[in-house]
Amino acid sequence: MVERAEFQSYYGRPILKEPAWRQPDVPLYLFLGGTAGACATLGALAEPTGRPALARSTRLVAAGAAGASVLALVHDLGRPSRFLNMLRVFKPTSPLSVGSWILAPFSGLTAVTAALEVTGRLPRIRKLTGAAAGVLGPAMCTYTAVLLSDTATPAWHEARHDLPVLFAGSALASGAGAALLATPPAQAGPARRIGLAGAAAELVAERRLEQRLGVVSETYRTGRPGRLLRAARVLTAAGAGLSLAGRRNRLVSAAAGTAYLAAGLCTRFGVYGAGVASARDPRYVVIPQKACQQARPPV
Amino acid sequence: MPGLGTSFGRGGATTFQQDLANADCIVIQGSNMAECHPVGFQWVMEAKLRGARVIHIDPRFTRTSAVAHTHVPLRAGSDIAFLGGLINYVLSNELEFREYVVAYTNAAAILREDFADTEDLDGLFSGYDPDRRHYDVSTWAYEGAEEIAPATGAGEPEQAHHGGEDHRRSARAEAYGSGGAAVAAKPKLDPSLRHPRCVYQVLKRHFARYTPELVADACGVPPGSFLEVARAITENSGRERTTAWVYSVGWTQHTVGVQYIRTASILQALLGNIGRPGGGILALRGHASIQGSTDIPTLFNLLPGYLPMPGAHEHESLDDYVAADAGKTGFWGNMRSYTVSLLKAYWGEHATEDNDYRFAHLPRLTGDHGTYKTVLNQIAGDCRGYFVVGENPAVGSANGRMQRFGLANLDWLVVRDLQLVETATFWRNGPELETGEMSTEDIGTEVFFLPAAAHTEKEGTFTNTQRLLQWRHKAVDPPGDARSELWFYYHLGRIIREKLAASTDPRDLPVQELTWDYPVSGPTAEPSAEAVLAEINGAGPDGPLSAYTELKDDGSTSCGCWIYCGVYADGHNHAANRTPGSEQSWVAPKWGWAWPANRRILYNRASADPDGKPWSERKRYVWWDAGEGKWTGADVPDFEPAKPPGFEPEENATAQDALAGVDPFIMQTDGKAWLFAPAGLADGPLPAHYEPLESPVDNPLYGQQFNPLLQTYDSEYNPHNPQGSPVYPYVATTYRLTEHHTAGGMSRFLPYLSELQPQMFCEVSPELAAERGLEHGGWATIVSERSAIEARVMVTARVRPLRVRGRVLHQIGLPYHWGGNGIAVGDPANDLLAAVLDPNVHIQESKATTCDVLAGRRPRGRALTELVDRYRRRAEGSEQ
Amino acid sequence: MTRMGFFTDTSVCIGCKACEVACKEWNLLPDDPPPDLLGMSYDNTGALGASTWRHVAFIEKPAPVELGMPAMGDTGGGTDEPGVQWLMSSDVCKHCTHAACLDVCPTGALFRTEFDTVVVQQDVCNGCGYCVPACPYGVIEKREDDGRAFKCTLCYDRLGSGLQPACATACPTDSIQYGELDELRERAAARVATLHDEGVAQARLYGHDPADGVGGDGAFFLLLDEPEVYGLPPDPVVTTRDLPGMWRTAAKAAVGVVAAVALAFVGGRR
Ligand SMILES: Nc1nc2c(c(=O)[nH]1)N[C@H]1C(S)=C(S)[C@@H](COP(=O)(O)OP(=O)(O)OC[C@H]3O[C@@H](n4cnc5c(=O)[nH]c(N)nc54)[C@H](O)[C@@H]3O)O[C@H]1N2
Ligand SMILES: Nc1nc2c(c(=O)[nH]1)N[C@H]1C(S)=C(S)[C@@H](COP(=O)(O)OP(=O)(O)OC[C@H]3O[C@@H](n4cnc5c(=O)[nH]c(N)nc54)[C@H](O)[C@@H]3O)O[C@H]1N2
Ligand code: SF4
Ligand code: SF4
Ligand code: SF4
Ligand code: SF4
Ligand code: SF4
Ligand SMILES: [Mo]
Repeated sequence: MVERAEFQSYYGRPILKEPAWRQPDVPLYLFLGGTAGACATLGALAEPTGRPALARSTRLVAAGAAGASVLALVHDLGRPSRFLNMLRVFKPTSPLSVGSWILAPFSGLTAVTAALEVTGRLPRIRKLTGAAAGVLGPAMCTYTAVLLSDTATPAWHEARHDLPVLFAGSALASGAGAALLATPPAQAGPARRIGLAGAAAELVAERRLEQRLGVVSETYRTGRPGRLLRAARVLTAAGAGLSLAGRRNRLVSAAAGTAYLAAGLCTRFGVYGAGVASARDPRYVVIPQKACQQARPPV
Repeated sequence: MPGLGTSFGRGGATTFQQDLANADCIVIQGSNMAECHPVGFQWVMEAKLRGARVIHIDPRFTRTSAVAHTHVPLRAGSDIAFLGGLINYVLSNELEFREYVVAYTNAAAILREDFADTEDLDGLFSGYDPDRRHYDVSTWAYEGAEEIAPATGAGEPEQAHHGGEDHRRSARAEAYGSGGAAVAAKPKLDPSLRHPRCVYQVLKRHFARYTPELVADACGVPPGSFLEVARAITENSGRERTTAWVYSVGWTQHTVGVQYIRTASILQALLGNIGRPGGGILALRGHASIQGSTDIPTLFNLLPGYLPMPGAHEHESLDDYVAADAGKTGFWGNMRSYTVSLLKAYWGEHATEDNDYRFAHLPRLTGDHGTYKTVLNQIAGDCRGYFVVGENPAVGSANGRMQRFGLANLDWLVVRDLQLVETATFWRNGPELETGEMSTEDIGTEVFFLPAAAHTEKEGTFTNTQRLLQWRHKAVDPPGDARSELWFYYHLGRIIREKLAASTDPRDLPVQELTWDYPVSGPTAEPSAEAVLAEINGAGPDGPLSAYTELKDDGSTSCGCWIYCGVYADGHNHAANRTPGSEQSWVAPKWGWAWPANRRILYNRASADPDGKPWSERKRYVWWDAGEGKWTGADVPDFEPAKPPGFEPEENATAQDALAGVDPFIMQTDGKAWLFAPAGLADGPLPAHYEPLESPVDNPLYGQQFNPLLQTYDSEYNPHNPQGSPVYPYVATTYRLTEHHTAGGMSRFLPYLSELQPQMFCEVSPELAAERGLEHGGWATIVSERSAIEARVMVTARVRPLRVRGRVLHQIGLPYHWGGNGIAVGDPANDLLAAVLDPNVHIQESKATTCDVLAGRRPRGRALTELVDRYRRRAEGSEQ
Repeated sequence: MTRMGFFTDTSVCIGCKACEVACKEWNLLPDDPPPDLLGMSYDNTGALGASTWRHVAFIEKPAPVELGMPAMGDTGGGTDEPGVQWLMSSDVCKHCTHAACLDVCPTGALFRTEFDTVVVQQDVCNGCGYCVPACPYGVIEKREDDGRAFKCTLCYDRLGSGLQPACATACPTDSIQYGELDELRERAAARVATLHDEGVAQARLYGHDPADGVGGDGAFFLLLDEPEVYGLPPDPVVTTRDLPGMWRTAAKAAVGVVAAVALAFVGGRR
């Protein structure tokens, strides 16, 4: 068995088990959840600031994305009953439990809000549910980062300080993307601006993942995950650029939106893939852990 | 008869596995104990924990080597050279346990003037007859004594091991016994051991050339490693310390297998390690009750308790028979009582004084009826029907192709087994169908497969490796039509007797008069195993006997197997004793029952000095209690309880009365351990290093290349790889893996075991892999004159090239568990091997042969036989 | 109830795999489809998994210089490479003091028993699979056909009735020792000391230290080489240890989102 000199392993076999989740289910779940979260928050502020079109589009997207993310999760679990099983208990130590308790009400609220938005009935209730969903939105954007970081998967756990920022940024950009697509430029100003903010955050966080995690960063730079994340960067930049160029042009700003959304997808699949790669190769377990050991004063 | 039997009087392991924990040094040689006896191996680990030195001497670095202190790789088939080297080291440095040797061995006995040693005759002993390829052993006797009959106490592992049947044609008469009983059992002695013809001096001269350099040359073991072992065993032997030797079929499956064990016996006797705690020679047996199947033999040439099977025209009467074998002195002197009691067990009231106790009813040997000869008889058409019970010769026996050709030429074949093993399906999917050598249409054999009940599905006893009888309680009913052996044979016999009831043909009398009444119970009319045990134990006028010393030759006692007498004493099933270890001494006499007389360490009188005192406090075991006037200690004394150490026999005393108080080996005619075996072995009174028949090198010691008496079968089905042929440059050895069992019937069909070792593989060194372009995980084809098989390649540093006879020699390891049926399937290693046998017990040489190895899978169909033919032609070519 | 666990002393393991088979027999685990020869010495099992709760590893290595442990002496053979050393080790779920699998399990299927062991309640498990990447030892796994997660139960169904775990009962050399954890830790310390005296300098304990990243293992080991050589993580941590920190970062990021959105609306009409 040939091995790279700097570490030993058991026939090069993985030490850790790969994340047991299915692709594309879970990366999609991350993407949709984030998009929904950002949109819900946008929508919540759009209505009081007199942007009905923006409010309407973002609320419809939020509801649709939230619902789809639940479907993605259920599909991964196999049966709907298994999702309900999550709600038998609330376990603060389990980000998935916490997440389920965020996702469930959030998807409910967004659904109701959207329904009222469409039917135009009960405006007062709509304001309330919309606001509530808006409050949960940011949590939707970031809890999935904890969900991944709280595993032994090196690429995710080592990234625990940056993933939330990355996911937040990515969520904002994707949310903006959806809004830009579905909203006339006249009302899309806020979307454009959060898109820029998100894009900035995302680019910074991604850079840190690729530079600051020691050997583990390899998994973000190389292979399919590496390619996806490079694409994400390009698309994000493109999205940002186009969004500025498309201030008045519906088509251009739609193109910006599409770029943002594509970037979001690439980021989520890239991050997920990096996790899988880091679990597959023992070097990403052995080398960092050995380093930690040496760092610690011997007991 | 075999090594331990001729050396000490009984063929069984001299000690028990638990006693290994008391050893100061354990040498495991010719056994892969950790893999093949993992449960017993806990006692080796226990000894190691207590500070014992553990040494493994094996061609391969195995799971046993992995936990030993030292592993010494040697060339398969060279152990006599190695052990001879150790004996020479002991003698030339006078490191033997002198007092023990003088008192308890025949070292002082003086030999006849006309005895000539292998040193004088370049590898032969005096008395060799080249035409009949056998020895006249009269010159091997003690001076003054006519030839001495050996104790017949056999039961080596190889005895039972498949193919291990002792089928001396009528060799018994030739080898010994024809000269009648010994007149003077006690030889002339020179306790100073200086007499040039005393055994001690003869031994010294015999092994003088077995130097460390010779060992290196023959075994590939460098002097450093050799001396390490030599020091370890001598430093751990003597008054205060003991060394134990463990072997199994790594020793027995050679054409000199018995002499391997003889060499170890001589060494252990010289070091004073026999009969003492933590010492001895532990012969590890095979199948769960293989010891039992030699005690109450499945062998054609033995009767229960190692009474020899009478030969035709040779033993017309009981008197001839007994005269031929019974040493007048030692416990074997009571052979007549054992025989008469057996005949009474067979034929009950029909066996009387005036009809010679129906001795005439016993079948007679007319020649070699061993498995391999039987197979050749099948091919020749002389053997028409075959019972195969609990055996899978199509995979498990040497030269599988020859085996299958035998099976294919029968009228009928009965296979009783747990699984549909290859032996039962050869006609449907045997390899010869693929090569076109056979076709189902042309095979006339009518095959009956009868499902057998497994050991958990029937009651009875196992007799394990240390002569311990343990009762098995039935756990579940056998499935469907599966039945026990007891059921099968009892009812088969019953039906035959019914059919013959009316016959007046005198030849049917033995069957008609047989005692055949066992209580049956249950819906399947299962006979009572306990009733059988009671019959084996034997009974007298007042019920069950409690010891073989109670057996009489006047017909008043009956006993199915004299050495088992006592297992049912007082009508109690002692084999079922189950007192937990925590509630008794470490010797655990209350767990099961060991023959003889529930003794756990044999010859244990030798654990005390001649005066009956323990050699040392540290090693006290059995000693003379002067106050009580009897022998006492941790175990049942293997001695007459009240015979004082000072006892001197009268002139012309017989049987045990002829043995003195200092004669611990009570089954021997002279009560001594035999360093030199004046009788009892076909191929020599002393071991000499001979090469395996199929050896890549020449014999470094003698002009005589291989055992002059080894038995080959000349048959087109059984060709041999020419000695030293460059066409077959490598040594191959076959063995077991923990994960599988023998021919696979009990493992290859079970998913949990099959997944642990899914495929046949061969173990080769990185150097050989490079030489032959073998890739780790790839395929290799191994070729011999018999056939070619394929195996996955395991390249491992655990197998290493050795430097032998001035050249680098490669060995190939082949597990032999695989066959075509079951879950884990593969080629059988036995297809490569020839049937070539040891002359004493006729075990096949499974452990050392030659072969060639090629990268890649073997050819299929015709192409396979063509490949083998090409090799045969090349080999012939290279011979001239 | 005192904490029960395993001390697996690999220095006396003979690689017989009785533990693997006994575990499968007792727990009626599915046999893995007849695999190909793995070519990993005598290991054809490969790793712990949903249907393999004991796994015996085999490592062939050049022997270390100080030959406390067995190794092939100089053979004078065709080569002068160093002797080999054959390490065997029976791996199992570590029953961590701070068990990540249990922490992250959203359904409460994984629970801590009265013996302080970690067990999956199969009827509660919803197959979310979160425990799988959470385990720092790569032990627990989802069974493909059935979707739920499985691992060693430390024979919960035997301990209750006073039996020892099946694997420990089957082990002929006491390489697997079951008992009260405190007592086992003392025994293990003594054993290492003995081995060191015998010159086996490589002997070390693994998972015994309550101060390690998982608070110590309920099933710990005596190893003769670096953990990673046996396929064990050198310095595992229970990731939930950092969970509060992670939530804090996530919260900050969430606040960031709020801020970003809010600011986005401040900037004028467009
Ligand atoms: N797991 C398992 N246990 C078994 C069995 C099984 O099939 N599987 N079979 C049972 C039976 S029937 C028997 S007879 C016993 C056999 O028990 P063992 O005799 O221990 O088994 P083997 O593996 O046949 O051979 C032992 C060793 O002999 C070595 N050897 C080969 N040639 C030589 C030689 O010339 N000299 C020396 N010194 N060593 C040599 C081989 O490398 C091998 O490691 O095991 C019993 N126990
Ligand atoms: N090359 C090579 N060949 C060898 C050896 C070697 O080391 N190398 N070793 C030799 C040795 S020592 C041995 S012992 C032989 C073994 O060779 P075999 O005895 O031919 O092979 P086994 O697989 O042990 O066959 C025993 C069969 O009995 C069946 N069985 C189990 N229990 C019962 C029962 O209660 N009743 C009945 N009727 N059947 C039962 C099993 O299913 C199995 O098929 O192999 C010998 N052959
Ligand atoms: S299989 Fe039976 S006989 Fe062989 S080691 Fe295991 S328990 Fe002992
Ligand atoms: S080893 Fe893994 S599966 Fe076992 S208790 Fe620890 S975290 Fe859970
Ligand atoms: S798979 Fe089952 S055991 Fe694992 S975390 Fe999910 S519910 Fe718990
Ligand atoms: S404790 Fe029980 S479940 Fe766990 S490995 Fe051992 S036998 Fe299997
Ligand atoms: S049963 Fe014991 S000796 Fe055998 S492999 Fe398992 S741990 Fe090692
Ligand atoms: Mo055997």
